[in-house]
Amino acid sequence: MNWPHVIVSREAWQAAAARLQAGELCLLGFWGEPGFVHMAVFQSVSSECSILSLACESNRYPSVGRQHPPAQRLERAARDLYGLEPEGLADVRPWLRHDGPYPFLPAEGESLHQIPVGPVHAGIIEPGHFRFTASGETVVRLEQRLGYAHKGVESLMAGASLERAAQLAARVSGDSTVGFSLAYARAVEAALALEAPPRAIWLRALMAELERLANHLGDIGAVCNDAALSIMHAQCGQLREQVLRAAQACFGHRLMMDRVIPGGVLRDLPADGERRLSALVAQVRKEFPDLVEVYDNTASLKDRTVDTGILSPALARQFAAGGFVGRASGRDFDARRTPGYAPYDKLAFEVPVVQAGDVNARVWIRIREVEQSLLLIDEILRGLPPGPICVPASPRAGEGVALVEGFRGDILAWARIGAGGGVERCHLRDPSWFQWPLLEAAIEGNIVADFPLCNKSFNCSYSGHDL
Amino acid sequence: MRRLLLKNFVHGPLTEAAPAPDDAALAELASRVDRAARRRLGRTLAIREVDAGSCNGCELEILALGNVLYDLERFGLRFVASPRHADVLLVTGPVTRNMREALERTYQATPDPKWVVAVGGCARDGGVYAASPVCVGGVSAVVPVDLHIPGCPPTPLELLKGLIALLEGVSVT
Repeated sequence: MNWPHVIVSREAWQAAAARLQAGELCLLGFWGEPGFVHMAVFQSVSSECSILSLACESNRYPSVGRQHPPAQRLERAARDLYGLEPEGLADVRPWLRHDGPYPFLPAEGESLHQIPVGPVHAGIIEPGHFRFTASGETVVRLEQRLGYAHKGVESLMAGASLERAAQLAARVSGDSTVGFSLAYARAVEAALALEAPPRAIWLRALMAELERLANHLGDIGAVCNDAALSIMHAQCGQLREQVLRAAQACFGHRLMMDRVIPGGVLRDLPADGERRLSALVAQVRKEFPDLVEVYDNTASLKDRTVDTGILSPALARQFAAGGFVGRASGRDFDARRTPGYAPYDKLAFEVPVVQAGDVNARVWIRIREVEQSLLLIDEILRGLPPGPICVPASPRAGEGVALVEGFRGDILAWARIGAGGGVERCHLRDPSWFQWPLLEAAIEGNIVADFPLCNKSFNCSYSGHDL
Repeated sequence: MRRLLLKNFVHGPLTEAAPAPDDAALAELASRVDRAARRRLGRTLAIREVDAGSCNGCELEILALGNVLYDLERFGLRFVASPRHADVLLVTGPVTRNMREALERTYQATPDPKWVVAVGGCARDGGVYAASPVCVGGVSAVVPVDLHIPGCPPTPLELLKGLIALLEGVSVT
């Protein structure tokens, strides 16, 4: 399945920007290549996705971010990477390129002070810089500066073989390695008109749900740890480890890296794989409810998470925030359901949505998604079709796009394959692009000490964003 | 909560016991760390982790070292919040150009004697990003490296093995 892709005039481009601003369209992605800008949009009423491209005369194009703020950082990134100038965008400070001083936005008022944090943080986390402006304990403004993990993935992708590009895709964000590999593989398959065999499609979903399970368990524990309830961290960490060990036993890699490839999957379940995974599901199902009860009934913990770091539904909608960030703020979107992809059309699952938008809501969405993933793993194991797990790719030129629900939200992959069978261009958009800016909004008015809690509840990817 | 605490009290710790016969490798590692660490560093080694542009896969496995099954701290190895408190820098990633200065400054902020451990394929030579013009390509291009722990990412057991190799190397010099 591929999306309509049209090369548009400047007027049509600007009309699309106006429709984004009016909320008629959601921005799914925005990227550049020499001489062109592209954007992927989603129309929520008709559930249709499409791609618009504009040729940039003299490397200039009318800014979308000027009218629709979610595009701003993506436009700044495209400017850094391809020298494409967004006409009318006020903020053209470099984003992924760090050369020279970086002026932070001013915040004025009585007794304000600044707290610079990062890029090397106190914990074991990725590099990024946070500039807090605080009035006493209250955060007046948070400004993020990202790009420290910028590795030049898109430039390495250009001209790479399908296999090499798959390795790069698997390492865009290590915690979503299955999600990114799947998005890349599906985009390549769409470009090559290749269909992965049914068993491979089901095994991919199995891995994707294991990845979701592992990450959500880790996140729930980590949020509680940041509120000083370390027993939850220990218990959730233990369960997460069991998921990773099962992944190692069944797929040969704890994070299941490089297991999803264009054409199918790398390896099949071993003989005792189904039994091993059923045992895992049984263990998590037995132990997890006690942890949910502790979360729900510990007043000192709830005191920290309830009403902390509220993200308004309006902002979540405007930024088309995916994953638990969007669904905790009322945005009912899940790429597994819309636009949807196999095998989820044959699986029954619920997409939890709540309105509150606070840290507590983001934890509850994860709790509900853990339960759903357990059900899905059961269903997949029951319905796993027999047959081959991979078909070879035959070279042909083409273009493909895919939207995949990673644990963090929807991952967009777009690839253009050359006549020689290699990757000409590939863009992978992490869900964090539309979640990071919302963290700046969610922290406003909260105390500095609650930032780790808010940040963990968003758990945005630095590497996935910085590319 | 009370039920959970009671259950844990009755069941005992989940930490994988050092002499467990079905996990000989971990048991062997546990006793080796203990001996070497005690001899050289008074039973403790403070580690500062620096992500110099990794994909975060290495971070996930380094974090796993702290879970109750591996329980890194029982070996006297612990992660600290500042390079100024550290004996060891555990560096991941291909060292992006954007992280080069931060890594150099973190190294300079770490008091002597200090050791640098490069974790993962990227930290060794840039890994899959070796050809990138925006990556320096390996930790040793920026700060002197005492040990590489290979893997993409290395498993917690491999990380533990590497840290022991460092301890043994340290006690020889």
